[in-house]
Amino acid sequence: MQGLKMVLNMIDLTTLEGKDTPGKVKQMCYKAQHLHDAYPDLPTVAAVCVYPSMVGVARKELKNTAVKIASVSTAFPSGQAPMSVKLEDTRFAVSEGADEIDMVISRGKFLSGEHSFVFDEIAAIKEACGKARLKVILETGELSTLDNVRRASDIAIHAGADFIKTSTGKIQPAATMQVTYTMLMAIRDHYDRTGIMIGMKPAGGISTSKLALHNLVMVKEVLGEHWLTNEWFRFGASSLANDVLMQILKAETGAYQSPDYFSMD
Amino acid sequence: MAKKTTNTSKEMGWEYAPSLESTGHIDLKASYDLFIDGKWVKPSSGKYFETINPANEKVLAQVAYANEKDIDRAVKAARKAYDTVWSKMAPSERAKYIFRIARLMQERARELSVIETLDAGKSIRESRDIDVPLACNHFFYYAGWADKLDYAFPNKNVESLGVAGQIIPWNFPLLMAAWKIAPALAAGNTVVLKPAETTPLTALKLAEIIELSGLPAGVVNIVTGFGDTGAALVEHPDVNKVAFTGSTAVGKHIQRAVAGTDKKVTLELGGKSANIIFEDAPIDQAVEGIVNGIFFNQGHVCCAGSRLFVQESVAELVVRKLKHRMDSLYVGDPLDKNTDIGAINSKEQLEVIKKYIKIGVDEGAEMYQPNCEIPSKGFFCKPTLFSNVAQSNVIAQEEIFGPVLTIQTFRTVDEVIQKANNSPYGLAAGVWTDKGSRIFNLTTKLRAGVVWANTYNKFDPASPFGGYKESGFGREGGLHGLRAYVKLN
Repeated sequence: MQGLKMVLNMIDLTTLEGKDTPGKVKQMCYKAQHLHDAYPDLPTVAAVCVYPSMVGVARKELKNTAVKIASVSTAFPSGQAPMSVKLEDTRFAVSEGADEIDMVISRGKFLSGEHSFVFDEIAAIKEACGKARLKVILETGELSTLDNVRRASDIAIHAGADFIKTSTGKIQPAATMQVTYTMLMAIRDHYDRTGIMIGMKPAGGISTSKLALHNLVMVKEVLGEHWLTNEWFRFGASSLANDVLMQILKAETGAYQSPDYFSMD
Repeated sequence: MAKKTTNTSKEMGWEYAPSLESTGHIDLKASYDLFIDGKWVKPSSGKYFETINPANEKVLAQVAYANEKDIDRAVKAARKAYDTVWSKMAPSERAKYIFRIARLMQERARELSVIETLDAGKSIRESRDIDVPLACNHFFYYAGWADKLDYAFPNKNVESLGVAGQIIPWNFPLLMAAWKIAPALAAGNTVVLKPAETTPLTALKLAEIIELSGLPAGVVNIVTGFGDTGAALVEHPDVNKVAFTGSTAVGKHIQRAVAGTDKKVTLELGGKSANIIFEDAPIDQAVEGIVNGIFFNQGHVCCAGSRLFVQESVAELVVRKLKHRMDSLYVGDPLDKNTDIGAINSKEQLEVIKKYIKIGVDEGAEMYQPNCEIPSKGFFCKPTLFSNVAQSNVIAQEEIFGPVLTIQTFRTVDEVIQKANNSPYGLAAGVWTDKGSRIFNLTTKLRAGVVWANTYNKFDPASPFGGYKESGFGREGGLHGLRAYVKLN
């Protein structure tokens, strides 16, 4: 139960679709604060995650709440845009009120060996973030090997990432346990060398409580309990929350409810 | 970015709930007799001994104590079955029985796993995921060979040996029974098997399965007892083949006992195997391999990677990562699915391990044990690491057979080959490097029966296993394992 509540509190409730509208974002923002009002004392999610154009809407909805606003940027999800556009994208999201920026790395550059380009890009976006915390999406499904995942993690960490994140959610495979484990090891090694904590966000494909708990166990055993808060660990997910709610109510009542008893957003 | 914080108030102390495998489904009798000639018979001594759960010291069952007379009965039954039924049966028919035993074991895999864990102290994860499936696979594998012996040994006339006397250890009770029985039957021999005194239960459950399979009476006989029971089996004049897995000391006894007879012998004995980490190895993977190499089955593994050799340039890193990994190992109730390290098999073995740990400390080696809790009842030992160890330390030379690892460093390839081979044993070795050519260089030069590359403790029925030097001779598993149970003309 403690684990399940922890999961809820670590979720970045996400909608990243071309068809997103203020209406959709408003509804999701309400859900973020009221996961299941029929059950008292549930935490809120950690944040909502939206496109830059929706940050303003979310900011209005989440005024005076603890729920953070994360915005993807840098021409998410492909990252195939000139640097000036990526910087402007980021500055816009921050000025609209984003607390956190989820950027994508240039996987094409990475795979063609231009690691310093990737490093410089991350460093530049970090600067554009100002006070907003920066999550760096590696899109591990496109990096294809764990060696690449590890190298990209190290580059992102050294270039100033506050968080490293597996995926956009648009590419499969996304946050597999192997990939998350590899990234956690990179964080661990960095911490052992420097004493600096980096956050981790697996995203994409984690839609069941069981898988989420598997992830928390990895975090606990690789990084330790300091990381078991939403300051240092997040799940990027759109449908995980309701599965967790179902498990919590099942633990409470002994019976599974139909999904119809849990609001979609 | 935040600086490392020493404030622990934020720690929420997330503990895992115990996840105990249930024991309600197992069927254990209060007392077990001897399985001879297809029947359960009382021991002629009338004596029984207790087998206990090493995790809580509770008695699980009473087990018959076989003496010389019982052994004679069992060997006679095996001889009769060999002469009248088994050696005459069409090989394809023999195969059917072995397949049937394999399938029945699979059907009862859950029960076998739980009983193995109760009797031996090993974690349920291990007995469920490794011991029992592998044991089934050995029967499946050798069942497949039974009617293909002519192809296994082309251009040879293949004959079975007769009655095999088999003595197995307590570290992998069911798996070792499978290693012994399956190839013997496939090759057309009959069997008298003696399980270890601390872990007889799964072998007795296997006897029940064999009974259920309809295997002709006397083809497999299972007799329980102590060392004298085993000695009677080895010395019985009508045994054609002795197969033993266990300590080197007992192996030497057996070798003396069969000297001057025409009994065939295979011995699978102790080890002090080297696990070698080069600087270019994938370190995180290697650390997992080190943990698996020495802490798997509480270190009660003859091929355990108990001597760790780390190249000096990465020694500090490897040790740091290893300690960190050891901190997250769970030592405790073997029935808990969270448990990594279960109970030490017996009080006697725990004493042996403690003795060696004391020797290590007295020798001045640097000891590390994680700060974990261990249950107050039962026989438990924390995973233990000794660094600052030299080749001349006793703990780096003698087999401890527990979760105790020694770490030595090395500088060059030649040096580590010399050091790894500088041991009376030669059962297994592990090599961790990214470089394929280096792997092949080492596999040809290491005097060990098994060399694993970038993995450790990996077993497969098709792969032969056995030792050099004082680790024994003969191979088990694969075609080589079959070779030990046939005469070729």
